[in-house]
Amino acid sequence: MLQPLEGSQAIAQAVALCRPQVIAAYPITPQTHIVENISKLVADGTLQCEFISVESEFSAASVVLGAAMAGSRAYTASASQGILLMAEVLFNIAGMRVPIVMTCANRAISSPLSIWNDQQDSMSVRDAGWIQLYCADNQEAVDTTIQAYKIAERTELPVMVCVDGFILTHTLEAIDVPTQAQADEFLPPFQFKRSLDPRHPLSFGTLVSPDFYTEARYSHHQALLKAETEILFADQQWAAITGRRCGGLLKVEGHPDAKIAILTIGSVLGTLQAALDEFPPEQPVKLIKLRCFRPFPVEALKTACENLTDVIVLERAFSPGGGGIVGLEVLAALAELPTPPRVHSFAAGLGGRDIPLSLLGKLLEAAKRSQHERFSIIDVELSRLPEEDR
Amino acid sequence: MIEIRIHGRGGQGNVVAAYLLAMAAFEEQRYGQAFPNFGAERRGAPVMAFVRISDKPIRRRNQVLHPKFLIIQDQALLHIHGVLDGIVAQGCMLVNSTVGSDELSQQFGLDIVSIPATSLAKQILGRPVPNTALLAAFLGLTGMLTQESLAKVLQKRFKGATLEKNLKLIEAAIDMVPLNHWNKETAHVATA
Repeated sequence: MLQPLEGSQAIAQAVALCRPQVIAAYPITPQTHIVENISKLVADGTLQCEFISVESEFSAASVVLGAAMAGSRAYTASASQGILLMAEVLFNIAGMRVPIVMTCANRAISSPLSIWNDQQDSMSVRDAGWIQLYCADNQEAVDTTIQAYKIAERTELPVMVCVDGFILTHTLEAIDVPTQAQADEFLPPFQFKRSLDPRHPLSFGTLVSPDFYTEARYSHHQALLKAETEILFADQQWAAITGRRCGGLLKVEGHPDAKIAILTIGSVLGTLQAALDEFPPEQPVKLIKLRCFRPFPVEALKTACENLTDVIVLERAFSPGGGGIVGLEVLAALAELPTPPRVHSFAAGLGGRDIPLSLLGKLLEAAKRSQHERFSIIDVELSRLPEEDR
Repeated sequence: MIEIRIHGRGGQGNVVAAYLLAMAAFEEQRYGQAFPNFGAERRGAPVMAFVRISDKPIRRRNQVLHPKFLIIQDQALLHIHGVLDGIVAQGCMLVNSTVGSDELSQQFGLDIVSIPATSLAKQILGRPVPNTALLAAFLGLTGMLTQESLAKVLQKRFKGATLEKNLKLIEAAIDMVPLNHWNKETAHVATA
């Protein structure tokens, strides 16, 4: 039923619909409202589950790891410094191939301290071996949360659902929260075939000699690559039940003959859609919504970018001294095309800087310049910096 | 699409006001979007929230830079840098103030209506929370959404005595403003 909800409230309801048995989380802005709402659902009896208050994000991740290993469907959520504090456990969860779902309410990383949105947190753990799905709106956040359990449990890989902090988590909009029957039809009870059982002892995460470490890493990589099929499958199955899909790995929209595309990740998509309607550029422009960042959908991206002359990647994080994180991967993937498009990588909206509709024009203008910049921060105000830092 | 910016101080129910307005739009089968200006929330600090109401789905998520309407929950904020920024030509402003509408309009060169929402809230709610009174006055002035829709969303948000008092408060607040005074032209061309 469509109802006006704050993003966090809707995500909490979506989590509850998945019938998790163990939740552990430590509050951090802008994730707090999600776990607050979940704890209310537990307190009022709507959600029967073990809600474990912990003293840090490291413990939150450790608790859900243990719970999932014992065969429970588990959930956690964090952001920013919390993700960094979890980092060691995040790698362990993935390496042990334990299905867990977490929400990352995307937020910038210190220092300087910022509580506001960008995607430096999830991008900083992109190599942890988790599946990473990014949501363009709160409906996708709800639907992706539920899909994530199916993907996690079928691939035996953890899934991080990335939701732009504040911009989605704190926005009230009309959201269709599915029924319990729909969620139940989609998501069978969790059966973890490697769950810890004293009658059938197993060891996880133990010391592995050089004889087998490479093979463990290889199989982890293969599992992530193969997860593409499951991500697509979950989206299709969900559409069969609810009529809604989230775009699988990526979604292309806009003029079919467009030679220029802007690739977005996360919630900035809607602002660019509105900008294209309100200020239609001379040349038609496509929008590519990258939903799945891990695994990186190389083949789908190549298909989406065939016949393009320019791909503008709008980054919400970057690697200082390197450049755009998504842009480099796009560049590498598209290099395999017979006539690769130029890839432009622009960061914007770091640490909560508002992304106005006028960014569209700026992006297109910057991409037109004959001097091809590989990466720049397009909304930097150089006048705010001392001369020597410009 | 109509864009509204609400300015207040932490603790005045700024975000709640924005959410209630978007929820009221939903009651009338319109699209509503509301979000706070993400600041460090602390009591007394200047805060703002944004609302968009439209007959079509709202896709943009940028801040409201050029509002058609400003709702100011504390008259002292009128003197804070940036509060009046970006308001469109023919923009209108509702202010919680004990200073009269004409005097304020003259002072700021804008179409301003004021109501003493804090004292009204103190009198009826027993607490100095002006947000629901201002929303009722705003809907009365604009005719954008009905008073019934506001009452319905208040029923979803509040219970018991708080609800009863708020329903009384919105009745009283709407009587303080000229109905449909700002209903000449609600269509608003948004700009980047």
